[in-house]
Amino acid sequence: MTDRYRFEPSQSAPLEALPHKTEPSACEPAAPAPAARAPHLVIEAGRGSLWVGLRELWAHRELVYFLAWRDVKLRYKQTALGALWAVLQPFLMMVVFTVLFGRLAHVPSDGLPYPIFAFAGLVPWQFFNNAVGQSGTSLIGNSQLITKVYFPRMAIPGAAVGAALIDFAIASLILFAMMTWYGIAPGAGIAMLPPLIVLLAIFAGSVGMWMAGMNVKYRDIKYVLPFLLQLWMFATPVIYPANFVPAQWRWVLMLNPLTGIIGGLRSALLDKPFDWPAIAAGAGLTLGAAGFAVWSFRRMERFFADVI
Amino acid sequence: MPHARATAMQPIIRVENLSKRYRIGGGQEYYSLRESIVRTATAPVRIARALLTGSARANRAPDGERHIWALRDVSFDVMPGEVLGLIGRNGAGKSTLLKLLSRITEPTAGRAEIYGRVGSLLEVGTGFHAELTGRENIYLSGAILGMKRAEIQRKFDEIVAFAEVEQFVDTPVKHYSSGMHVRLGFSVAAHLEPEILLVDEVLAVGDAAFQKKCMGKMGDVARAGRTIIFVSHNMASIESLCSSCLLISSGRLEAQGEPAQIVMRYMASELRGHGGVRSLAGHQGRRGDSIPMLTSIRLVSSGDEPTGVVRMGVPLEATVEFSSPHPIRPILGITLKTADGMPLFGVSNRWTNQGVNNQRVSSGRVTCRFERLPLMPGTYLLDLYFGDFGDPSRDLDIIRDAISFEVAPADLLGTGILPRPTDGPVFWPATWNFG
Repeated sequence: MTDRYRFEPSQSAPLEALPHKTEPSACEPAAPAPAARAPHLVIEAGRGSLWVGLRELWAHRELVYFLAWRDVKLRYKQTALGALWAVLQPFLMMVVFTVLFGRLAHVPSDGLPYPIFAFAGLVPWQFFNNAVGQSGTSLIGNSQLITKVYFPRMAIPGAAVGAALIDFAIASLILFAMMTWYGIAPGAGIAMLPPLIVLLAIFAGSVGMWMAGMNVKYRDIKYVLPFLLQLWMFATPVIYPANFVPAQWRWVLMLNPLTGIIGGLRSALLDKPFDWPAIAAGAGLTLGAAGFAVWSFRRMERFFADVI
Repeated sequence: MPHARATAMQPIIRVENLSKRYRIGGGQEYYSLRESIVRTATAPVRIARALLTGSARANRAPDGERHIWALRDVSFDVMPGEVLGLIGRNGAGKSTLLKLLSRITEPTAGRAEIYGRVGSLLEVGTGFHAELTGRENIYLSGAILGMKRAEIQRKFDEIVAFAEVEQFVDTPVKHYSSGMHVRLGFSVAAHLEPEILLVDEVLAVGDAAFQKKCMGKMGDVARAGRTIIFVSHNMASIESLCSSCLLISSGRLEAQGEPAQIVMRYMASELRGHGGVRSLAGHQGRRGDSIPMLTSIRLVSSGDEPTGVVRMGVPLEATVEFSSPHPIRPILGITLKTADGMPLFGVSNRWTNQGVNNQRVSSGRVTCRFERLPLMPGTYLLDLYFGDFGDPSRDLDIIRDAISFEVAPADLLGTGILPRPTDGPVFWPATWNFG
């Protein structure tokens, strides 16, 4: 009885408007030949190698660009000073350290004026600091994306490093201005600048990516990270020269890739001799860290959407 | 597959025994580092104790960690150009299936092979940021959904026109109305051109005109020969859009076949037999973040006994019982819907302020009486929204499809004739004048 009166809104037009719904239309490319075709994509538990991950990230490089662009755009929105902050932070640190270490503690500075010596180290350090800090919390900050759409998750911490690079570029302008002020011109060593910056970005990305993945599961990372970065700065020859450390302990400094990279950047800019063993160690450790970070991130990213 | 012509063709999606297990442990899904260290450090003790007591629970978490299978051994094929509807109760595993196919999360077991580019549309406005302008959000959202920059550039004007936001392209979307926001979000997604499109219930947003436009767009996409998997609670759109249909129930594939048949089967299995009284304690339709306060619902018509069948034109009383952790002044909102999920009307004592000055109570009942149901014969559903006058803007407990009931025909017009079922679900008498 009730069936006869069942409300049937589906009897309206759209049904007829969709003819032959199960047949592909002629204008579409025909289905691949049945025999020799490999799946475009296989979904299974525990799949995905390191190389697949990197290849996918490369295919999504435009997305990395857009996410980085968004981060930069949003960071200085509603701030009075805007991008000036990128300059002010390392500059004020340089002033403080010049007074504390240069004037009061008489820390040596490789025969250079202490302010320029310190600033040439602080600008790349500040980049590392921002890149790691921002990428380390980036996944948590983008949880609404992770649960709603798929793209290589590495794009998120990667974009945070990209955004930090913009600040780095802005702060570098002040560094060049200071170099002009002090009458310091870079020599042929300036050619080392691009590879060293790439190394620094890769290392920052590796640390940031690993931290970001850990942060999804262990929210403690958020509290550990700032503290860790602060210690790390003092463990790196940023505001003191590497030869400030007694020779028999110099190897300990070399375990820190930043020793070679930041030291090398300073040499490239301020026309000082390079410490090649330190740079080689920095490059080797960076590649190792990058390999570990990608491997570990690929393992962790499987549960991001379930846990975040 | 029931399609004879499908044998010559290879499926574009092949799903084999796909399963997904979630851990449910007191709602906490992540550990703090301290807990992990403690768990690792105490593992030997737990194993030793397990060995001594002979229990096999050594690797279980101490807090009684439990698992649920959100999806279990689901297998099916999808042919190129097919529009597959996915139906089932809330929590049956439909969204989990879409999340697995779109690679948002990884299966626990089983596999799926996909022969084409996949685009998924699980929410409207993915990646939108309120501070950015419409233009900026189109690029951002487009990139996140998998479009190339050049592709977005090419389709930009089309996207803006479809969303009808031409004058506001350079306004931050935080100043948009919710309708504009939804339109722009859908418009970006609608211009994706993947070979396979996965769509969650996103069409249930926006005003009626825009919904119609969305459905039209989906129809276009389907006609262009693309493959669509489409989750909906709206049975009418499943029947009109889809060429085949899957019914999922408690994580398992219960039936597949012609949409009309599957929809019938779903409605028959899900909506019948509550007999006018239903416990709401473990209700499947409860919204995720709800506080389970409503404990039962009872429908009474003429007489004192609960009934699942109401005759046209007689009163209906819905009584809910609730118990709350703290005293409240209850607000009860009821939305009455057709069996296919289309809302017909809503009532709430919040709008009449009835009970606003009552004593606060931590348990009790609320009765809502409809004097005369203006409904045609058929099956209807009630959604419940439960709140507190202390914070009237917030719903504490929301239950979709809380209970169903049948309306039985009655000769209300005195002629033995009723309006045709195709005239709509509402029965409303009129008077006539001639002259």
